[in-house]
Amino acid sequence: MTRFNTAKLAMSVFIASEAVFFAFLIAAYIYYYAAVVHGPSPSDSLNPPRTLIFTICLLASSGTLWMAERRLSAGRRPGFRLWLGATIALGAMFIFGQATEYAGLIAKSLSPARNLFGATFFTLTGFHGLHVICGLISLSVLLGLTFVRSFGQKEISGVAAISMYWHFVDAVWIVIFSLVYLTVWL
Amino acid sequence: MSDTPFIPGLLDSAVPVPSRSVWLEWISTVDHKRIGFLYLFTTLFFFCVGGLEALLMRIQLAWPGNTFLGPDVYNQIFTMHGTTMVFLVVVPLLLGLANYLTPLMIGASDMALPRLNALSFWVFLFGGILLYFSFASGHAPSAGWFSYAPLSEKGYSTRSGQDYWALALLGIGVGTIATAINLIVTIVNLRTEGLTFRRLPLFVWMVFVNSFLIIFALPALNASLVMLLIDRQLNAHFFTQLGGGSPLLWQHYFWSFGHPEVYIMVLPAFGIISEVIPVFSRKPIFGYSFVAASTVAIALLSIGVWAHHMFAVGLGHAWEYAFGASSLLIAVPTGVKVFNWIATMWGGSIRFTTSMLFAIAFLFTFTIGGLSGVTFATVPIDWQVTDTYYVVAHMHYVLFGGTLFAVMAGIYYWFPKMSGRMLSERWGSAHFWLMFIGFHMTFFIQHFLGLDGMPRRVYTYPDHPGWAIMNLISTIGAFVIGISVLVLLSNIVVSLRRGDLAGDNPWEAWTLEWATTSPPPEHNFDSVPPVRGPRPLWDLAHPEGGQA
Repeated sequence: MTRFNTAKLAMSVFIASEAVFFAFLIAAYIYYYAAVVHGPSPSDSLNPPRTLIFTICLLASSGTLWMAERRLSAGRRPGFRLWLGATIALGAMFIFGQATEYAGLIAKSLSPARNLFGATFFTLTGFHGLHVICGLISLSVLLGLTFVRSFGQKEISGVAAISMYWHFVDAVWIVIFSLVYLTVWL
Repeated sequence: MSDTPFIPGLLDSAVPVPSRSVWLEWISTVDHKRIGFLYLFTTLFFFCVGGLEALLMRIQLAWPGNTFLGPDVYNQIFTMHGTTMVFLVVVPLLLGLANYLTPLMIGASDMALPRLNALSFWVFLFGGILLYFSFASGHAPSAGWFSYAPLSEKGYSTRSGQDYWALALLGIGVGTIATAINLIVTIVNLRTEGLTFRRLPLFVWMVFVNSFLIIFALPALNASLVMLLIDRQLNAHFFTQLGGGSPLLWQHYFWSFGHPEVYIMVLPAFGIISEVIPVFSRKPIFGYSFVAASTVAIALLSIGVWAHHMFAVGLGHAWEYAFGASSLLIAVPTGVKVFNWIATMWGGSIRFTTSMLFAIAFLFTFTIGGLSGVTFATVPIDWQVTDTYYVVAHMHYVLFGGTLFAVMAGIYYWFPKMSGRMLSERWGSAHFWLMFIGFHMTFFIQHFLGLDGMPRRVYTYPDHPGWAIMNLISTIGAFVIGISVLVLLSNIVVSLRRGDLAGDNPWEAWTLEWATTSPPPEHNFDSVPPVRGPRPLWDLAHPEGGQA
């Protein structure tokens, strides 16, 4: 007998574990924040308004995924596909924003080797970016599956689990954005 | 993989396998029992490798000024010994047992996520192979199993062994977390009708709590490892003084994983002891809920004691008092357990099987290790003996004399279930006495070497009064342990072919795994007996009720 949805329960436990991983990276960022004395600092490297635009994309993607799930539970496959596609597009926009941001910073010779800001910044935002990419791959697999099979209860709980993951990655970004970018304005 | 059914028993028929060779069946298996075997055989292999490394060290240390291994090789060997025993033996050995036993003990047909289970094993295995591949790269890691920065950094560990170390541990860490997720979901979701948390076998309880510890502790290791790798590969300065980094942060991060890890390595062993002692004392466990609750207490406390590994760095008195006190506190729930086990034996009709002998040896040895642990929580004593053989002795008393003795008890107890045959009791008692005597010969004396100031991790030592003879005794003891392992291996090999047939329930035990055949069929149970209490098979045999 099954007491909870297996996929959702497993994903919750996984997310708890991931949260600890990010907590340690975030703690390292805070710990070294004051230690940066030489070289670039957040205020002369980062462009918060620009990042805010891509942040809005990522946050919106949580909304579109929620819409997609509602279409799915209503059994409306074309709507599901559409909202899922929108989610992937918004997530890809975020990754595009991050990639161009990285390219600009590296052109200004900020790298993990440059100073502790570089090290903690690229580690924290980079691992978040990797998580977004993993989410994009999972969502794309889901999108592909809509074309090859019908979605029963098992697939629906798979979608629910991936959706939990996606919202989690979003929530982590809210913390990172506030900590890394918004503090520039302080 | 589109139409693969989630029930593993159906998998073989659903996936077209070109040639059904035995190898392919093992490689593609998602059956928790087979994966459990894969874990057990892999860890047995690494146990022998790590043991041989220990013997090499003991040969080097047999007399002062020995030149058997040079300092550089010695550093590699002790690093590999520690890393192997912690990450490739003790933790996966316990996970392997948990993998095999948990579904059987809760009346399930498999783990909740069988394919994730297979993935976890293979990721773990390739992590292990990556660690040993470092030898092929020319230089194994040599910064110790906790790889303190800056020694583990590029400036001091110039060759790639340290990178293999970090990558291997990342792989092993990911596999371990995946298994823990699987165990939690399995225990929450797949318990049979009536098997509430107040009736759960204590081994499963410990595995459950342990899995949460893994979930919360291993990410700390993974975060430290990626930071170390970024330091080494991308020339960052997380843990190097140069550029403002902090070697101390590595210690904080590593031990906030490392101390929970100590309990990850011992909680399932507590579980084994809590199954073995009642069965061979013919009494239910004394204070079931105390044993379960004290486990939760240990797990919670273990998160707040990490800095007691770091008293020597000078944290300041306030921190030292706090961590000293929390470390003393953890002795309380552990002590509760020891008293529960003794009270279970008290007045019971004890059967001295090999399994029970190991369980009793566990109680004895683990208590000594626990007591020397309490001395470390006393900060000035810690300052005096830090990084000496006193630490080595303590750690082996809890990990070898504690966990491994418990695992031996578990192997003798569950081998009949797993194989359908009994291990020989005569060989078993030879194994037990050799291992017990060899262990105490090797490690008891190291307490005195440590108190006398002999530093650990140094490849040789001067001829101070008494050091030569004490080290020689320790080395002889290590070889006695080596012989005892050979006896165990022979016992396993011979008994697999010629051991007495076990039957379903050779020990007249009470938990669900004994209700099915030995070995169990692929789907585990034809029918799961009803569960109305913590000892379902006792209830089944005594339908009128009544106590033991």
